[in-house]
Amino acid sequence: MTHALPSSQPTAARPKPAEFLAFAVLAALLAVAPLAIYPFFLATALCFALFAAAFNLLVGYSGLLSFGHALFFGGAAYVAAQAAKVWAWPPELALIAATAFAGALGLGVGALSIRRQGIYFSMITLALAQMGYFLALQAPLTHGEDGIQGVPRGKLLGLLPLSDDRAMYYFVLALFLAGLLAIHRIVHSPFGAALKAIRENESRAISLGYSVDAYKRVAFGLSAALAGLAGGAKALVTQSATLTDMHWTMSGEVILMVLLGGMGTMTGPVIGAIFVMAIPEVLNRIGGPNFSQWMTVIQGAIFVICVLAFRRGLIGELAARARRTL
Amino acid sequence: MTVYALETSGLTKQFAGFTAVSDVGLRVRRHTIHGLIGPNGAGKSTCFNLLTKFLAPTRGTILYEGADISRAGPAEVARMGLARSFQISAVFPHLTALENVRAALQRRRGESFDFWRSDRILKRYDADARALMAEVGLTGWEETLAGEMPYGRKRALELATTLALAPKMLLLDEPLAGLGQEDVGRIAALIKRAAEGRTVLMVEHNLNVVASLCDVITVLTRGKILAEGDYAAVSANPAVQQAYLGEMAEPAHV
Repeated sequence: MTHALPSSQPTAARPKPAEFLAFAVLAALLAVAPLAIYPFFLATALCFALFAAAFNLLVGYSGLLSFGHALFFGGAAYVAAQAAKVWAWPPELALIAATAFAGALGLGVGALSIRRQGIYFSMITLALAQMGYFLALQAPLTHGEDGIQGVPRGKLLGLLPLSDDRAMYYFVLALFLAGLLAIHRIVHSPFGAALKAIRENESRAISLGYSVDAYKRVAFGLSAALAGLAGGAKALVTQSATLTDMHWTMSGEVILMVLLGGMGTMTGPVIGAIFVMAIPEVLNRIGGPNFSQWMTVIQGAIFVICVLAFRRGLIGELAARARRTL
Repeated sequence: MTVYALETSGLTKQFAGFTAVSDVGLRVRRHTIHGLIGPNGAGKSTCFNLLTKFLAPTRGTILYEGADISRAGPAEVARMGLARSFQISAVFPHLTALENVRAALQRRRGESFDFWRSDRILKRYDADARALMAEVGLTGWEETLAGEMPYGRKRALELATTLALAPKMLLLDEPLAGLGQEDVGRIAALIKRAAEGRTVLMVEHNLNVVASLCDVITVLTRGKILAEGDYAAVSANPAVQQAYLGEMAEPAHV
C-alpha cells in the first residue's frame, strides 16, 4: 500500500530542554535567595511549593481533583513532629516516617475514592480528610487545639545541626529539588506514559487492557507520599504540627496554588505556591495590619483575575506563548 | 475447544424498564468475519458493549474461547486477547501516532507501573510500533500528534494500536462510519488483512462492505436476532427485507 503523504505534517512539541533550563534557573535562584529573603520564610514557602507540586502530580497529570490533600500534608506533619519530639528520631528518619505514613494513607484513601468519578471523587476525599481532621482534634496524641509544639529539628545524619535557619533552608531546598526531580521522573516514566494515556482517553486505555483504577491508586499514593514529605519538612521548619495544616482550607489553598501557577506544568505549582505565600507578606509590608484584614478579599480578587486572564496559570500561559512565537 | 470464538446464550440487557437486548444467542465461529447489522435502535451498540464488557448484562452468559467472561471486566477481557475498537475513532489525541501504538505494546509487555525508570526504555518498542504502522500504511506519520491526523488516518492508527495487542479476536464498532469513499475501501482492505488468522465481529451500517467482507451476518431487530446466515441468505429473507428495507433504500449510511 503506497499513499502520498501530505507535505506539512505537524510534529509534536518536545519541551524537555526548556523544562530542564527552567529547573536549573529555579534551583540557582533559590540557592541565592537567602541573601535577600528570610531563610525561615523561604523554607516554609518551599514546603508549600513541594506540597503544590505533589498535588499537581495528581490533578495535573492524572486528572484527579482531590479535595482532601491537607490530610496527607497535615497528617505527615504530626507524624514527623511525633517522631522527632517524642521518639527523638533524627530528622531524616522522621521525614521518612512522615512520607511513608502519607503514602500508605494515600493508597488507602485512593482505593476508596477512585471508585467514583468527578465531583463524587472530590467529595469522598474531602470527607475522609475531614475525618482525619476530627481525629487530630480529638486524639490525645495530637493534643487537640495546641498541636505538637517545640519540635526539635535535630542534627541531619547526626552531624549537621538544623537549628540554624540557614542550614534548615538548604536542607529543605535539597528535599524540594529532589522532590521535583522525583515528580519529573514519575511523569516521564513508563508509568507516567500510562497515566497520560489514561487521562487522554480512559475508555481507550481500558480497551487496551489497562486496569485504570490501579494506575490511579498508585498515582494517588505517590502524590500523597510527596505531600507527606512536604508536610514533614514543614513540621521541622516551623517546629510544630497543628490543626491548620489538616484543615480543609489547606486543601483549597493547594488547589489555588496549582491553578494560579499552571496545572500540569513542572514549575507552575512552585511559582503558584510562592505567589500565594508572598501575597500576605507583601500586603503586610505595604499597608500594615489594617490592610491585611482585606487579605482574603484581595487574594480572591487575584485568583479571579488570574483564572479569567490566564486560564492555564502563570507558567502554563507563558509556556503557551513561548511555543506560539517559536 | 469449541469451534466458536465467542458464544452468548440468553444475553439480555435491560435499562429501567426498557429491554435493549433480549435473549440473544450469538455464536461467532473462529477465524470468520462476522457482521452484526440491523436498523437503527436494534440494539447493536448495546449488544456490542455487552460483548466488550463495557456494559454488564442483566442476564445471560458470554463465553470467549470457552471461558465464561460474563462477569469479567473490560480491561481483563482485553488482556485475554479480545480487543475492541470504538465507533468514534479512539486515539490518544495529544500523543504522537507512534506513542499511541506504543501505549498498547507497553501494556502488553508489562512494566507500565515502573515510575522510577526513564521513559527512554519505551524506545525499545519503536521498531515494533513502526512495523505495525507500516502495515496499516502509516509510515511517515510516526511523529504526528494523533489528534491532528485526518479521520481516515486516525482509524488506521486505531487499528494498528488494536493489533499491537496481538489479539485473538477483534470487535469492531462501525469501523467505516464517517469515512470518505476512498478511505472506506482502504480500511475495509485493512480489516480483511487483519482478520487473517483471527476472528472478527463487526457492527456495521455500510451494507456493501458487510456483503463483501463478512462470512456470516446476524441481523438484529428490537434487541432480538431476526436472521442469520451469509449475505445472500440474509438478504433474501423476507422478514429481514420487511424490517430492513427502508434502511437499505436510504443511501444515508453509506
